Amino acid sequence: MTAADLGGFTGLTGLTAGPAQAWGAVRLVPLLRAEPITDLRLHARLHPNELSVVDVSGATYTALVPHSFVADWTSDGKPAAAYGTQLVPPGRGAGCPDCVNLRFRRRMARREDRNRLRFLPLHLALEGYLALHFGGPGIAWEEWSAKAVAHGLSPREETVYAGADLAGLDDALRVFEIHPDQCGMVLYAADALAAAFVVPHPDDYRLLHPTLLLDMYSELLYQYTQLYPAVPDFRVRVDDTRITDVAGLRAELAEAAQEWRSFHHLMADGLLDAQGLRTREVYRMGRFTLSRFLPSFDPDVENHIGETVTDESGVLAYLKTFRLSTAQVRRGHLLSTLAEHDWHLDASAAALGTTRDELVRRLDRAGFGHLLREDIIAANRARHRRR
Amino acid sequence: MTTEQDRVGCEDVVMFVNAAITSTGQREFRSGAAEQGMSLDFLHEYVLGNYRELYAATLALDINHFNAALIVLNLLRTAKLATAEQRDLEGRLIARRLAGLPPQRVYALFRKLRAHGVNNRRTRAIVRDWLSARSDLAFDAVKYRRSLAVTARHAHVALTGEVGTALFDWRRPARYETPILESWRRAHYETTAIFELPYTVAEGLAGQRGMTRAKFLEGIEPMLTARERLRLQSSAERLGARSVSMDLATAPLTRLALFALSLPRPERARRREELTEALRASARRTAGAQAGTWGRVVSVLDDSYSSSGSSTKRRRPLAIALATHYLLAELAGDHTGLWLTHRGDPLLVHPVGATGLGARVLDGLEHRPDRLVIVSDGWDNAPPGQAAEVLRIWRERLDPERRTDIVHLNPVYDSEEFDVRRLEPGVATVGVRDAEDIPALVELARFGSGSATFAELRAHLAGLVDKVGR
Repeated sequence: MTAADLGGFTGLTGLTAGPAQAWGAVRLVPLLRAEPITDLRLHARLHPNELSVVDVSGATYTALVPHSFVADWTSDGKPAAAYGTQLVPPGRGAGCPDCVNLRFRRRMARREDRNRLRFLPLHLALEGYLALHFGGPGIAWEEWSAKAVAHGLSPREETVYAGADLAGLDDALRVFEIHPDQCGMVLYAADALAAAFVVPHPDDYRLLHPTLLLDMYSELLYQYTQLYPAVPDFRVRVDDTRITDVAGLRAELAEAAQEWRSFHHLMADGLLDAQGLRTREVYRMGRFTLSRFLPSFDPDVENHIGETVTDESGVLAYLKTFRLSTAQVRRGHLLSTLAEHDWHLDASAAALGTTRDELVRRLDRAGFGHLLREDIIAANRARHRRR
Repeated sequence: MTTEQDRVGCEDVVMFVNAAITSTGQREFRSGAAEQGMSLDFLHEYVLGNYRELYAATLALDINHFNAALIVLNLLRTAKLATAEQRDLEGRLIARRLAGLPPQRVYALFRKLRAHGVNNRRTRAIVRDWLSARSDLAFDAVKYRRSLAVTARHAHVALTGEVGTALFDWRRPARYETPILESWRRAHYETTAIFELPYTVAEGLAGQRGMTRAKFLEGIEPMLTARERLRLQSSAERLGARSVSMDLATAPLTRLALFALSLPRPERARRREELTEALRASARRTAGAQAGTWGRVVSVLDDSYSSSGSSTKRRRPLAIALATHYLLAELAGDHTGLWLTHRGDPLLVHPVGATGLGARVLDGLEHRPDRLVIVSDGWDNAPPGQAAEVLRIWRERLDPERRTDIVHLNPVYDSEEFDVRRLEPGVATVGVRDAEDIPALVELARFGSGSATFAELRAHLAGLVDKVGR
């Protein structure tokens, strides 16, 4: 399957990988864009100085609101989080996107700068992701609880780690030298692909660079950064036997840079060459398309979920991915099998090569017991207790 | 001594000198203050334990004040381990160095001696000699009040006359005969007397009196030292205290570069002629007789994001690069300065982007200059190790006769390597703190590339020490 067949996610089109900067166990690969995208920009509300955006673009632009972005969206000045990445048409720049109001029981512990950019810490964001991807049973089979049918998987809980918990990530991001034309970043922890992040414009990237620390990362990456003290730099080696003049040396250096780019593609193949990605177009606005993609939920390979915005020629304008941990992949595998078979238990059990009883048990153990009718789950538990 | 021991010894000492020039135990872009301090302490212990004579001899070099004070402290602390001749020489080196240190550094050192419980006849004699050489102890009794009191008590120095009274019996006298002590006494009751005191002392008293900052700056202007005046330029202008303004060209080159970079870029553009002229004049003064003697020089100057330094050493690496640019323009017959990302007027340089040294070094070498000067923290990361490859291939393939002299000046101490970070083993790397020292550092660079022997290094240091001895 070529990248084009995937529909939404077409690899890192329009971006080139820059030289990596390693710090401790974290390797950061900048993604550079020769031509910044100017007609899709971060929503003006997210810029600390709203005027600056207007100045930069001049013309009207489609505004981008990344998922779970907290800002003072509402007129009453209370914080709210964007629900799902959204595109706002030109002219509605000041409008309020769909968002979830946040209510804090206590005063927020740390003082928030009014204009500070922040993503919602963790859990709400990931739950949002899962709820977006899994709407719950489409057909009201009698086994499912009324709540599952009515509300889907919401509320869902997933355990994730904040970027601040990953050893060394804070320092790595602090000492990272952002390239002037950088529009994205691929982040590796102990050379395992942790996340990819792309925005349309270098100015947007500079604003959002620190938010990578507030992002969520799976348990796997937390363990890797704890276990591996440092990754080595990939130092350039040039074959000097053929070099006789400065031009020859320049050519060799260019070749080395090219080799690095193809090598980076190899490093990120878990995402770029992922098989069986399921991409769903969410909507189009102007020449931009917002899509979400789900991995194959194959427990043997890397699994990334994410959102993309691409333009009509397939150039990647926005990308945000999250790498699932093994347990999350197993749960995803269960859910996707159920969704494939219209949430029919017998058909799903057959597809998984197991019995209906075992499937119920697996669902229960994976934390989905509440989706099934109470008497079914109770009977299942009782049966297994008796054995 | 075998050649292997020789080589290690030479490397160790060069490493220590680099550290003693660059590190101030403060936070850097990539490491914190604690890491810097711990790394530096270890290095001091190591060199003191293994090469005591050379350790003392580094006092004769242009190492920074922080390390000079630390060396003096360590030498006095471990005087028991030295022979009589060593002690004699160390005593002279210490006295010479203390005379050149700013008084606040020396007083801080004396207070540290007290904290470490170092108090013997020799130490007391050193303190006494230094104090007796101070031109105006009454001034010290006002400006460094606590420190002088602590020092006098610790070293058993009898402060006779009004200085002693002002420090230890200040409640009694109704008036002093010494003008500055009398001003200090009156300043507690009388506003105009505040302006007769040193700036740092007056600042506190003015604050207690609730005086506005603008009025204070206008009044204290005649008492400002040159550094204080330079430091107050921006805030005085903001507050409208016109009299604080100064002729910038009199400031030392690196300080001036730091000041220029502290201004926002639009203001730098507005005051371009004034600042450029001041930087050129300062560089001319620094170059002195050596002006125009360096032939064709190309410099590769690092303006990557890491040259922004840290919150305590704000833009220091960038300022050194900027000062180097102006200094080399004076030293060289023909100078080309290449910044990594910045183009155009160097005055508007801004720390941004990655450190792509390799390509820029090649651009510089293509000019085939007599000397290539690289000013960078050595974190070549776009891509990593490219500069090392360019330099290696240049030396091995493209310039085997070594017609181009390459020197790397590094303003940042890397606490993990106990040295400044090197680009390539064959290229001389020396630490730099002030661009003014560059002519001397380029001399020192040959010891850093492994081309000179330990005996030569010893001879070089002995030469410097002899100058002190005489």
